[in-house]
Amino acid sequence: MELTALPIGKSAIIAGLKAKGLMRRRLLDLGLVPATTIEAVRRSPAGDPVAYRVRGTVIALRAEESRLITVRP
Amino acid sequence: MDLKHAGPGPAPEPVVALAGNPNTGKSTIFNGLTGLKQHTGNWPGKTVTQTKGRYRHRNRTINLVDLPGTYSLLAGSPEEQVARDFICFGAPSVTIVVVDAGCLERHLNLVLQVMEITPKTILCVNLIDEAEKRNIRIDYKKLQSLLGIPVVPTAAREKKGLDNLKNTVDDLVAGKIKPFPRLPVYEEPLEQALQALGKSLQRFYGGHLNPRWLALRLLDGDPALRAQLKEALRENPKAGIPGTEQEELIAAFLQEAAAYRRKLGPGLRDRVVRSLYWRAEEIVAAVVRKPPGKVADWNDRIDNIVTSRLYSYPIILLLLGFIFWLTIAGANYPSELLARLLFGLEGKLAAAGQSLGVPAWLDGLLVKGVYRSLAWVVSVMLPPMAIFFPLFTFLEDLGFLPRVAFNLDKFFKKAGAHGKQSLTMCMGFGCNAVGVTACRIIDSARERLIAILTNNFVPCNGRFPTLFIMASFFSVVLLGRKNSLLASSLVLLVILAGVGATLLCSLLLSKTILRGIPSTFTLELPGYRWPKVGTLLIRSILDRTLFVLGRAVTIAAPAGGLVWLLANIQSGDGSLLTQMAGWLQGFGNLLGMDGYIILAFILGLPANEIVLPILVMGYLSGSYLLEPESVEAFHALFLANGWTWLTALNVMLFSLLHFPCGTTLLTIRKETLSWKWTFLSVLLPTAAGITLCFLITQVARFFRLV
Repeated sequence: MELTALPIGKSAIIAGLKAKGLMRRRLLDLGLVPATTIEAVRRSPAGDPVAYRVRGTVIALRAEESRLITVRP
Repeated sequence: MDLKHAGPGPAPEPVVALAGNPNTGKSTIFNGLTGLKQHTGNWPGKTVTQTKGRYRHRNRTINLVDLPGTYSLLAGSPEEQVARDFICFGAPSVTIVVVDAGCLERHLNLVLQVMEITPKTILCVNLIDEAEKRNIRIDYKKLQSLLGIPVVPTAAREKKGLDNLKNTVDDLVAGKIKPFPRLPVYEEPLEQALQALGKSLQRFYGGHLNPRWLALRLLDGDPALRAQLKEALRENPKAGIPGTEQEELIAAFLQEAAAYRRKLGPGLRDRVVRSLYWRAEEIVAAVVRKPPGKVADWNDRIDNIVTSRLYSYPIILLLLGFIFWLTIAGANYPSELLARLLFGLEGKLAAAGQSLGVPAWLDGLLVKGVYRSLAWVVSVMLPPMAIFFPLFTFLEDLGFLPRVAFNLDKFFKKAGAHGKQSLTMCMGFGCNAVGVTACRIIDSARERLIAILTNNFVPCNGRFPTLFIMASFFSVVLLGRKNSLLASSLVLLVILAGVGATLLCSLLLSKTILRGIPSTFTLELPGYRWPKVGTLLIRSILDRTLFVLGRAVTIAAPAGGLVWLLANIQSGDGSLLTQMAGWLQGFGNLLGMDGYIILAFILGLPANEIVLPILVMGYLSGSYLLEPESVEAFHALFLANGWTWLTALNVMLFSLLHFPCGTTLLTIRKETLSWKWTFLSVLLPTAAGITLCFLITQVARFFRLV
């Protein structure tokens, strides 16, 4: 499923990235490589972006980006 | 940015580079080592250009270069290029990589990348005090042996471990430590390719770049880096190889590399980064012990409130409103005291001048022109800044600002802009030139340009005194007495108008001249850190308050002299200043202001700080009946010149919406490398200001509100 579908407070494992180019490189550098555990921590009061915990840091992603990340439970 | 020549060169003093992820306390380390006052905030991407400093230790002078904070050296954002180019081509004697002890795994990615470039790498594990508080235990000895490079734990804010860091740098420079970095091992086909290419390289390459790293980046690097590397190959031939032979070897080598690239197939970068993180995971599993289970720490609890639907926006508004209220209310008394003191001195200065036989015109120029504007700038600007900057720095150091970006991003997205623009706007509150430079943290060209062109819509510190005085005048006219609550609400309202104008203009720009797809958005939310009040006070007063005041004073002094001359050189019916104001009177009247006000804004181009002093001098040029020694005296002066609440409102709005100051304009030109964008940055706010003031004035006059 897409990362956007991950409910707040739940964790999943990154299965793959559909992002291309600069966005892909940026996500990889932040440690969002396949098989990484990712947890949806909180949603912005405006609904978007959503903050995710990856490798001990909290990173906010817009729906445009998180849609390009596939996860499995 | 030509960093190839910023390296050690012929200088005997060793150069040490300081690299690290954003928000690891890298700048605190830099300050701790050099004693240089460079401001550090608790939000990612603070150091946008590299800062240089030096320190002496064990009879050796070390030049320290603070590189921009980067997550990696591979993605190709401007900061990453600066950092990478310096480490690769600047050839520093030692590179210190600063990491956060609390999230070692993510940060080791960068450490491994730097180790691949240069063996002379020191891992500085910073923020160990915070990690200890969270019961995170790190086995530094084991970490050192697993990496093969020196590891130094520090708590830079507590000044812990810095001496050890200096010793380690010295040992590495002196060759007392010989690091044997244990580099990450990649998949078998890639390792074979790296070995083969490395061997070929040694036949003709005589430069200092590590052959393994060079080969790796030729295989997976971005085109810009590949071009740079090819150039490096040509420029650094191995001794004793004739030029033609070298050319042939390079051509053959590049062909070999291209063949390997095809063989290794697409997605090589993914595999490389994955290997780096696997290695990081392995190391962390071996050296870090964390308390089991999930700890619901106070950090999360604060964020639950700060980013909640109910409280998030009121908190931002209240916090900013509170800061402005405290600034207005608190600055009043010290301002008066300073003014009484400084203007009291003015009389003594004038008397001293007379007794020394100084001619009247020179006395006037120096005392009534230069000194008076100096006294004005100091007494009006110093107290609010000394309150505003420490408070704002507190929010910055606390880590509150990334939350602001997080809460507000959706609105920026709708305006075609980047949420990080709210951070550059926050910087703009201090100084727009600083805000414009800070736009480098936005890595898409379009959103960055939007942020640069609209930064001026945020009132900088130089405009706050004007806003505060106008707001308190507004309250006096409306209520008959000064009301801090009304005044601070009005200031907050004007700031919100500025934010609104920013979003509107961003939208306009993104839909018209700058149409395109939004860039990648990632925003790190670092943990809150309780600021150290002592250093916070020293830094915010020294680095910001006195820095901005110093700049204002250096500009205000000559400008004060010039305006005094304009006010006192008679030609025809009156002084030059009166005549110039007369030409602008009709235009000013249309906007609900007068010629003197418009003239003050124009003559205030060098710095927004001097707009009010110029205005006061203009009003006083006819008569010297009134000495502006308190806020009340200003109010009386404005009333005497026919001001109403509408005048004050328009001055506030025009102060918000007019051309950027000279420094900011030059910065915009430097950042965009284009006079066209610089001109647009003048046109956009000025047109908005003129339109808004005109509309408000005409409506108010139509309904006979004034």
